[in-house]
Order: sequence, then structure tokens, then C-alpha cells
Amino acid sequence: MDAVNIAELSGNIAVVGYGLAAIGPGIGVGLVVSKTIESIARQPELAGRLQVTMWLGIAFTEALALIGLATPFIFA
Amino acid sequence: MLSLFAAEGGEFSPPSIFEFYPEIVAFEGTPFAINRIMMIRLIVMVVLIVLFWLWTAKFNKAVKTGNVVPGRFQLLGEMALNFVRKTIAHDQLGEKDGERFLPLLTTIFFMVFGMNITGIIPFANIAGTSVIGIPLVLAAAAYVTFIYAGVKKHGVKFFKNSLFPSGVPAPFYILVTPIELLSTFILRPVTLALRLLMNMIAGHLLLVLCFSATQFFFFQAEGLMSLFGAGTLLFGFAFTLFEILVAVLQAYVFTLLTTVYIQLALADEH
Repeated sequence: MDAVNIAELSGNIAVVGYGLAAIGPGIGVGLVVSKTIESIARQPELAGRLQVTMWLGIAFTEALALIGLATPFIFA
Repeated sequence: MLSLFAAEGGEFSPPSIFEFYPEIVAFEGTPFAINRIMMIRLIVMVVLIVLFWLWTAKFNKAVKTGNVVPGRFQLLGEMALNFVRKTIAHDQLGEKDGERFLPLLTTIFFMVFGMNITGIIPFANIAGTSVIGIPLVLAAAAYVTFIYAGVKKHGVKFFKNSLFPSGVPAPFYILVTPIELLSTFILRPVTLALRLLMNMIAGHLLLVLCFSATQFFFFQAEGLMSLFGAGTLLFGFAFTLFEILVAVLQAYVFTLLTTVYIQLALADEH
């Protein structure tokens, strides 16, 4: 066997691209939720309103990952 | 259903995007060609119409007879409708504007939920929203509505307020205006449609992957490999539960975002 071919991989580089695209939104959603938990711990009486804002924040952040998921279908 | 037998022939074939283009079952060749997803959408539509018809009949009867104790079915309807009305419309828009836009918001919520939930209903197994049509129509409705709300309240000033926000030094408009144009008038409807669509596509692909892998491990793999099937089956059930959560959450998020866009359009400039 040729020594060069030991680490041969096959597949699509776009998969790696999506993995990279998911890092940012992953960190973002984590930040949104952790800050909301922190705020609820400080002011439990605001929990309802904070949760609504949290879902909004998650929706906006998550959109980036979903755009990443959509790009291969658009630019294929 | 078809996807469960995708692993025929000894080799595992992962789900692909062609899951969402099932064969046409009726009216082939005409613009009204119907495939499985379209059929599910029509069924969901009929179910929703019948459900709401029964609910309103129940409400009317309760009002007429003065019966204040709701039955189980009526209570479910009241809770569902009040969820959109109180926690979304009234909380975000206030009583007056909330009532104005309530019909649209209720429609969006129940339509998105109804179309999403078919993703985990046995024998349907695909969400009506997992093809771009429905998300696109709903996003267009939301887009038209928030622009209408803004124009009705502020006239042409709505566009000026949203493109040239006050409190920004004049030279910065070179930077701010294109960003605002992109985010308000292009990315808002696009992300509304894409968020729903991509959540449903990813959810369906995950479920198909889990269950077709289970089928592969149980019936095609040899020896100890078939033990993996138990794991993938368990994951499949877990993701089914997760998909219920996603179906409710996406309906909520779609309605909430529409409400927030309307609220931002209605807001007075500070």
C-alpha cells in the first residue's frame, strides 16, 4: 500500500463547512440561555418575560445555523 | 413509510433530500399534481377547519345556554386559543392592537402547529411544512402584515423610521441604512421561512436516519453489530419526543416573531 494513501478520506467538504457554521450559533444559544438562567436566578418574578425574550434570542441566533444548513441546497 | 425500507439490498443507504419529493399520486402532469406531502397538507387543513368549527359551535352553545362550566373538549379549545391571545398577542401588542392582529396570529400558530405535528404522526411521518411552500406563504403573510401595520400607523414615515433610525449621526447612515434594509426587509421574511423549513427538514432526516439505521442493524447486519439497533431505536424514540417539542416551539416562535415584527412596526419613534 502506498504510504501517502494511509489517511485517505472520502466525502464532501461541505459537511466540514456545516460543522464550522454550527459552532457560532451553538456558542450563541449557550450564551443566551445561560444569561437567561442567571437573570431568572437574580429576579425570579421576571421569569415569564425573560423566557419570551430568550426564545426570541434563540430564534435569531439559531437562524444562522439553519442558513448554513440551507446553503448546500441553494448553491449546489 | 418508504424510508423505512430504504436499506434494502444489504447496504445501508442514508436518507437524502429526495425524501421530500415523494412520487406524485394524482393529477400528474397538471399544475395540481398531488404527492404525499400535499395530501397530508390537505388532510391537516380539513382537520383544522372541522376542529375550529366544532370549537366555535361549542363556544356559541355555551354562551347561549349560559353554561359556564366547560367540558373537556371545550376547555382544550379555550386553553389553546387563549394561549395565542393572552401570552402572545396581548402581552406583546397590548389589548387593542392584539385584538386587531389576533386572527392572523391564531391562523399562523395553528397552521404551523398542525402542519408540523404530522412529522411524528404514524403513517403520515412527514411534516407539511418540510417543503418550502407553506413556510413561504406564512412568511409572506407576516411580511405583508407588518409592513401594512407600519404604513397604516406612520404612513411613509414608517420606511424613514426603519431605514434611517433616529439618534445616529448623519455620516453613519452610509453604514446603517444598508444593514437595516437588509435585516428588516429581506432577512426577516427569509429567516422566518427558512427557520421553520430547516427545522422540519433536519428533524425528519434525523428520524429517518435513526429508524432506517435500526432496520439495517436488525435485519441486515450480522453478529454483534445488530446490538447497535437497540441504541438507534431508543434514539429514534427520543428524537420523536424531541420533534413534538420542536413542532410546538416552532409554531410558538413563528407566531412570536410575527408579533414582534408587528410591534416594532407599530412602535413610536423615540
